[in-house]
Amino acid sequence: MLRERIQASNYSFLDKLRSIDYLLILLIIAIGSISVFAIYSTEGGKFSFYTKNHIIRLSVFFSLFLLLSFVRVSTWYKNAYLFYFVGLLLLITVLFFGISASGAKRWINLYFLNLQPSELMKIAVIICFARYYHRIQSSDIQSYKFLIQPIILLIIPCYLVIQQPDLGTSILIAGSGIAIIWLAGLNIKYFVYSGLLLLVSLPFAISILKPYQKSRILTFFNPDRDPLGAGYQIIQSKIAIGSGGFFGKGYLKGTQSYLEFLPEKHTDFIFTLFSEEFGFLGSIILLLLYILLIYRIINVGLVSRSFFAKLYCFGFATAIFLYVFVNIAMVLGMLPIVGAPLPIMSYGGSSLLSIMLGLSIVMSCKIYNQEQISAY
Amino acid sequence: MLNRGRNIEKGRVITRRMFILAAAKILLFAGISSRLYNLQISDREKYEILSDKNRIREWKTPPQRGIIVDNFNKVLASNDRVFQLHLILDEINDFDVTIFKIKNIIGLDQFEIKKLYKKKERLKPWDTLVVSDNLTWEQFSKINLYLHELEGAKPVLSTSRFYPYANDLVHIVGYVGDASPKDLEKPEIKENFVPGLKVGKYGIENSQEKMLIGNYGIKRYEVNASGKRISQIDYIKERQGNKVNLTIDIEIQKYAQELLKGKAGSICAMDIYTGEVVAMASSPTYDPNKFTHGINQKDWQEIRNNPLKPLINKSIAGLYSPGSTFKPLVALAALEYGILDPNKTIRCKGHKHPYELYGVKYHCWKKEGHGYMKLRNAIKQSCDIYFYEMARLLGVDRLSIIAKRYGLGTNVLGDLYNDEKKGLVPDTKWKKRALEQSWYLGETVINGIGQGYIQTTPLQLCLMTAQIANGGYKIKPHIIKDDSINYKDILNKIKLDQSNFPLHERNYLDDINVEYYQRMYHKKSNINFVLDAMFGSTNEQYGTSYKSRYDDPKYQFAGKTGTSQVRRITDLDRELDLDTDQIEYKKRDHALYVAFAPYKDPRYAISVIIEHGGSGSKAAAPLASKLIKRIIDRHKLREQFNNGNTSLA
Repeated sequence: MLRERIQASNYSFLDKLRSIDYLLILLIIAIGSISVFAIYSTEGGKFSFYTKNHIIRLSVFFSLFLLLSFVRVSTWYKNAYLFYFVGLLLLITVLFFGISASGAKRWINLYFLNLQPSELMKIAVIICFARYYHRIQSSDIQSYKFLIQPIILLIIPCYLVIQQPDLGTSILIAGSGIAIIWLAGLNIKYFVYSGLLLLVSLPFAISILKPYQKSRILTFFNPDRDPLGAGYQIIQSKIAIGSGGFFGKGYLKGTQSYLEFLPEKHTDFIFTLFSEEFGFLGSIILLLLYILLIYRIINVGLVSRSFFAKLYCFGFATAIFLYVFVNIAMVLGMLPIVGAPLPIMSYGGSSLLSIMLGLSIVMSCKIYNQEQISAY
Repeated sequence: MLNRGRNIEKGRVITRRMFILAAAKILLFAGISSRLYNLQISDREKYEILSDKNRIREWKTPPQRGIIVDNFNKVLASNDRVFQLHLILDEINDFDVTIFKIKNIIGLDQFEIKKLYKKKERLKPWDTLVVSDNLTWEQFSKINLYLHELEGAKPVLSTSRFYPYANDLVHIVGYVGDASPKDLEKPEIKENFVPGLKVGKYGIENSQEKMLIGNYGIKRYEVNASGKRISQIDYIKERQGNKVNLTIDIEIQKYAQELLKGKAGSICAMDIYTGEVVAMASSPTYDPNKFTHGINQKDWQEIRNNPLKPLINKSIAGLYSPGSTFKPLVALAALEYGILDPNKTIRCKGHKHPYELYGVKYHCWKKEGHGYMKLRNAIKQSCDIYFYEMARLLGVDRLSIIAKRYGLGTNVLGDLYNDEKKGLVPDTKWKKRALEQSWYLGETVINGIGQGYIQTTPLQLCLMTAQIANGGYKIKPHIIKDDSINYKDILNKIKLDQSNFPLHERNYLDDINVEYYQRMYHKKSNINFVLDAMFGSTNEQYGTSYKSRYDDPKYQFAGKTGTSQVRRITDLDRELDLDTDQIEYKKRDHALYVAFAPYKDPRYAISVIIEHGGSGSKAAAPLASKLIKRIIDRHKLREQFNNGNTSLA
């Protein structure tokens, strides 16, 4: 029977349905529902623009997720580089034809959606690297020849995204890429050395930052430096979260948000609003949902046979972790404000699309977990 | 096979690395959780306060000032309706345009507009700017007519201090004005202040601030991030200040003020038992209502530059030599110490043969002299020679003990008025200390007729007269009604004091402290002697105020005139012997008069001072006579009213 299943063509539809990770789907639905309630609250309990849009996007992208889950994992494998280069092409398009908002040029107008290619790039880098390391023998991984390629593949999109400028997404892309390089088994010394190098070059790096980025970093170290300017967001965010207490102020009763003290409350600061209204208890539950989500993704990797699937799942799990961690740490004042959405929760089509896309690949890994992918 | 082994190895590496990563993730999530714990559980209170500070903004609402009433509950200081124009700054899009429109409607001048811009700069964007705190009805109705064109403009009906008796009471009640930085240091103002609130600047308004100011209200609004009010959360109503009840009878006060019209001077009237100040007039006077909304430059200069000094409250801040009004007290002191037999005769021989001491000559005021005088006659006709000799024998230190005991040399009203003067009762120690000189006997001699170093306020003279008239009992003068002090109780206390007479073991000739409503005299007969002599002075021929007397025993009073010199009288002056109106105003004598009434069973003491009025008998006594009649006419009413009040209490 095992023999039979190795051949993909032998997967019956029932088999596929049976191997779907229903807990994962449940988690996505749970977080998705919470996000609808949270977005509804940002509009002061009115069912209008943001809530409507968010529900439509959630349903469309969730359906897309279910549909794409049945795409063979080998198909993803085959098209991994294509995916990467399409992403790169879109990033270059943004550079020339992108539309700007509040001083940043990040979006391509697709009429039904303002696509943010940098969000897609987050997934593209993971697939691309998973495929890259799938092929490479563990003995070759340490050689410079095979190290230089992924570094170049990583630096190009990061540079393009920084140019938009979007430091947050760029860091997340770099983080996901580095995570896969790590998973593939690159010697620890490289990480230590490059870490030290980064530390040494930090003053130089800061000097080439844009003034607003610099002020964000300075503000991070001392939010009271400019309480009504650069420090305003983080001060108000901390006030909102702190005043929530253990049980929170109650749904739709977050004064910081409905009295408009909270900036960007439906995007980057959605966690702040949630935490103000649902308190420590709600925040921990939401955090647990994310941990479960990450656990399920890792689990899929563990039961997958192919290195591609393993690398992809572990890499994507780490990426999700990074998004969640950077976003929450940011609104809690533990990291500078860099602009990173909270997966699924934050309002934003591209971010949701890329997460759903990523999750559908995970699901496809699960459904086709016994599929052997030969090195092409 | 080799390939397979490598693959297994690779799989192991990936899994191992994944677990290391997972451990790191758990660590970082733990970090986030502990941060959440810190913010939401450990520091919850701090952030809750900050959150409330964000969303709740308070507006203080000004309290109404307590009213001030006279003895009969007539309102002396009230809160009048005024029309004001306020601008709510956060409702205005273009401040310049709004101000321009307002300027055209109510007619502001360039200076006022500049002031408004300056005021606005000091305010926060959600504050209220008071454009005018006292619009005329015309301006107010015009604003209401154009209101739809004026964004943020709010016509407000408010209240401001009003003094219905304007000029008649300013020296007692005082006035209000904008709070100065110094005012704001006072705790009672600091605790209750709301921007724009008027505070007491002088008089009762100032010293009774704690009673009058009230407590502000608080309106708490929930506001959004741009400061816009969303909803009212809380309204703690403001509390009006307490009523202050004065002992003044506004009718008598008004009359006293009328009597002083055109003159500089003071009239004080006091209940000789309760110590209630019935009237305390000072002239000239000014209108306190002008200060409420800030006095204009012209009015202020007019008040300031008036040579008769309206700003000085002459009843308590004017210092005068008591002149002959001091004589009853000198006589009392001499009798108490047994200096001389009242039947001792001294001859007053006129200007040709003045009193002489160590080669210095001391004249009597009467050119032709009084002839042979006994003490009663010397008081009655105010013979200086008799008093020179008596003072010499008495000595200044013993005189000062008695003078101080009867109320001279200290504040009469305590700390009620910050400008009340103590005056001066000189003695040898004082001169040593203050002037570092020893006392000359000649100074004692002129002290005996109330000249020299001695300085008194009119209210002190009134108190002195009252305490002699009530039989020599110490009273507690006051101007703010005190329900615990009433006539009947005091009379009982005095009776008790008299019946305990033999029990007094104190030597009343020593410099001792006397409690309220206890006797101050050594021998009662001495008090009676002085009172009788003062009766003679007013009601017998040759008495100095004989012309001002009433024969009707209801109004019959006893008094003592005084003419106090403002400069040294030279021999040339004596030779010229000019009439008062022939002398330059500034050099004319002050005219004084003290009296008590009615003579039988007296209840009131009065003092009158007319600055540079000439002789006391001509300028001061007639005014006292008129006022005494008015006071006695109103006595029954006052008694009934006060008794009614106490029985109610």
